[in-house]
Amino acid sequence: MLEFPKKLYIPLEKWIDAFMDWVLTNMAGIFDAIGGFILKILVIIEQTLLWLPWPVILLVIAAAAWRSMGKWWHGVIMAGLMFLVGVFGFWDDSMRTLAVVIASVGVSLFIGFPSGILMARNDRFEAFLQPVLDGMQTMPSFVYLIPAMMLFGLGKVPAVFATVIYAVPPVIRLTNVGIRGVPESVVEAARSYGASDRQLLFDVQLPLAFPSIMVGINQTTMMALAMVVIASMIGARGLGLEVLKAINRIEVGHGFTAGASIVFLAIVIDRISSGFARKQQKHLS
Amino acid sequence: METMDPPSSEGPILEARGLWKIFGDNPEQLFQSDLKDESKEKIQEETGLVIGLRDISFEVQKGEIFVLMGLSGSGKSTLIRNLIRLVDPTAGEIYISGKEICAMSGKELMAFRRRSTAMVFQAFGLLPHYSVLDNAAYALKIRGMPEAERNKIAMEAIKTVGLEGWEGYFPSSLSGGMQQRVGIARALAADPDIMLLDEPFSGLDPLIRRQMQDELIQLQSELHKTMIFVTHDLQEALKIADRIAIMQDGRIIQVGTPEEIISNPASDYVQEFVQDAYPATVLTAGTIMEDPEPVVYAWQGPRVAHALIHRSKREFAFVLDKHHKATGVLTHAAVNTLIKESREDISSAIITNFETCTPDMTVEELFPLATASPFPIAVIEEGGRLAGYIRNTTIIESMIQNGAEGEEDPHDA
Repeated sequence: MLEFPKKLYIPLEKWIDAFMDWVLTNMAGIFDAIGGFILKILVIIEQTLLWLPWPVILLVIAAAAWRSMGKWWHGVIMAGLMFLVGVFGFWDDSMRTLAVVIASVGVSLFIGFPSGILMARNDRFEAFLQPVLDGMQTMPSFVYLIPAMMLFGLGKVPAVFATVIYAVPPVIRLTNVGIRGVPESVVEAARSYGASDRQLLFDVQLPLAFPSIMVGINQTTMMALAMVVIASMIGARGLGLEVLKAINRIEVGHGFTAGASIVFLAIVIDRISSGFARKQQKHLS
Repeated sequence: METMDPPSSEGPILEARGLWKIFGDNPEQLFQSDLKDESKEKIQEETGLVIGLRDISFEVQKGEIFVLMGLSGSGKSTLIRNLIRLVDPTAGEIYISGKEICAMSGKELMAFRRRSTAMVFQAFGLLPHYSVLDNAAYALKIRGMPEAERNKIAMEAIKTVGLEGWEGYFPSSLSGGMQQRVGIARALAADPDIMLLDEPFSGLDPLIRRQMQDELIQLQSELHKTMIFVTHDLQEALKIADRIAIMQDGRIIQVGTPEEIISNPASDYVQEFVQDAYPATVLTAGTIMEDPEPVVYAWQGPRVAHALIHRSKREFAFVLDKHHKATGVLTHAAVNTLIKESREDISSAIITNFETCTPDMTVEELFPLATASPFPIAVIEEGGRLAGYIRNTTIIESMIQNGAEGEEDPHDA
C-alpha cells in the first residue's frame, strides 16, 4: 500500500484554531454585544410563550391551522397534537424549544432575505454563494456547535447561532429562485413603464416570488427545529435536552415521549406554514 | 385609414438614425473592420458577433400607425426594444419628441419612459397579483399619482377597451383577448406620446385577433395616437398600418404605405410576402375590372345592339345614357328576342337591377355584391361614368388563386 506522504499534510486545523483564538481575543466585545442582543429577544419570546395560558396557545394554533389549511377540523387535529405534548408533560419544554426556533427563524430571515435578493440580482454573487450554501447544508450539523460554543459560551444563544447557520440556506436559495422565476415579460413590462429597481422589487418581484419564499421559510423552520434538538448538547433547555437526558439515563419511555413531542411540534409548525405557502401559490397561478 | 388626420407638419415625433445592434463581446471591432457590409453569416463566422440591427433609419409622424413587419429573426422586436432602450443599441441615435434617447442617463431614461412611452406586449406582461383596475393604473402608480386620481383615469381606459365590470377581477380569470385589452388599457391610461405594440395580437386565436384589430382601428379613429406596431403578419400590417417598414436580416428594406408595398414590392422578399397575402383585402375593383366595351347607347336599336354584342363575343353589354352613365344591362339573348319580335326599341329589354361599385372598393367588399346579382358589377367612376365591369367569376378566381394556399384565417375570405 502507498501511504499518503506526511510531507504533504497542511496544518489547516492549526490555522483555523489560530484564527478562532485571534477572533476570541480581539473581537470578543462584538460577539458579546450580539449575544446579549439575541439573548434579550430570546428571553422576551420565551417568557411570553411561558406566560400565555396553554388554552390560549391551543386556540391560536387551532385558528392558524384552520385559516391556513382550510377546514375547521384541521384546527382541531393540530390543537389536539399540541395538547398531547402537554399531556406527556413537556409543555414548558416545547415552549422553550419553540422560542429558540422562532428566534432562529427570525435571524435567518433577517439575513436570508437580503442575501437572496442580492443573489438574484448578481450572477457572480450567486456563483459564489451557491457552493457556500451547499457546504453549509452538507457539513455535519454538530460541527457548528464548536465555534458557537467558543464565541457565545453555553446556553441558548450559541444554540441560535448554530441553528441559523444550519437553517438559513433554504430561505436564501428560494428567495433567489423565486425572484429569478418571475416571468421576464412581467419584469420587462414594469421596466418599460419606468419602474425603478425599488419599485420593481417591491411591486413585482417580491410579491410574485412570495410562494417560493414561503416554501423557503417553511424549510428553514423545519431545519431550525431539527437543529435546536441537536443544540441541546451545548446547553439549550427544551425538548432536545429531555431526549439527551433519556439517552444518558437509558430511559426508553422518557426518550419516546420527548421524541414524540418533537414530532408533534414539527407536524404542527410544518402543516401551518406550508398551508400558508400553498394558499399564496393558488392566488397567483 | 381614411378617417385619420394627416401627419402634422411639425416634423417626425420619432426619428432613428443609423441604428446598429450587435450582440457579442467588443462589438465596436466591426466598425473598424471592413466586414461591416458583409452578410450576417459571414460576420458571425469571422468575428462571432451576431447582427441584430444594421444601419436602421426611419421616421414616424405624429398620429400615424407605423408597422414594423418581418419574419422572426428579422430584428423587429429588437428594434422596438431599442427605441426605449429595453435593449441598448450599439450605435446610432434615436430622437423621440426631440429628445435623444441614447444620451440619457438611467434616471432620465426612467423619467422618460414614465411620461412619454407605453408598451403593449405579446405575452401581455400583466401583474398577476394586481386586479384589472390596478393593472390599468400601473403606469400611473409608478409615476406616484395618488390612488383615487389614477383609478379614475384607469377606469376610463377600462371603459374604452370595453372591460367595464371586470375591473375587480385578476388577470388569471380573463381570456387571452381580454388580458390584452387590459394591456392596452394600461398603455392608454398612461397617455403616452408614442405607444409601442410588440406583436400584441399574435398570441390570440384568429377570430379574436381580427376583432382586436378592428377595435384598434376604431380606437385609433377616435384617439389619433402615434403607434409603432410590430407584427409578422402582413395581413395585419396591411389592415392597420398608415405606413409599413419591411424588415429582413436586421435591415429595413422597404418603407411605404400598404398600397405602395403591395403594388410595388421592393424585393423578392416582399414579393413573396405579397403573394401570401389575401388579395381580397388589398386588390381593388379598379385593378381587376375589365374594359367596358361593348357598350350600347339607350337610343340605339336592337340590330345595332346585336351587332355590337355579337362582334365582341360577349353575352351582354352595359347600356349608357347620353351622359355616359350606366342605366342597365342588355343580354345577348334578350336582344335576339327583340329582333324576332321585330321591335324597334331596346328599352323594354334593359335590366336595371344590376350592382354597382366604385374603383377603390376591395374584393372583400365586392363579394356580397357578386352573390346578390347574376349580372356583372359595373364599376362607376366619380361623376357617374362607367369605368369598367367585373364578372362574378373574376372575383371568385382572384380570391381562390392567391388566398387558398397556406393561409390560416379562412374566416377572412
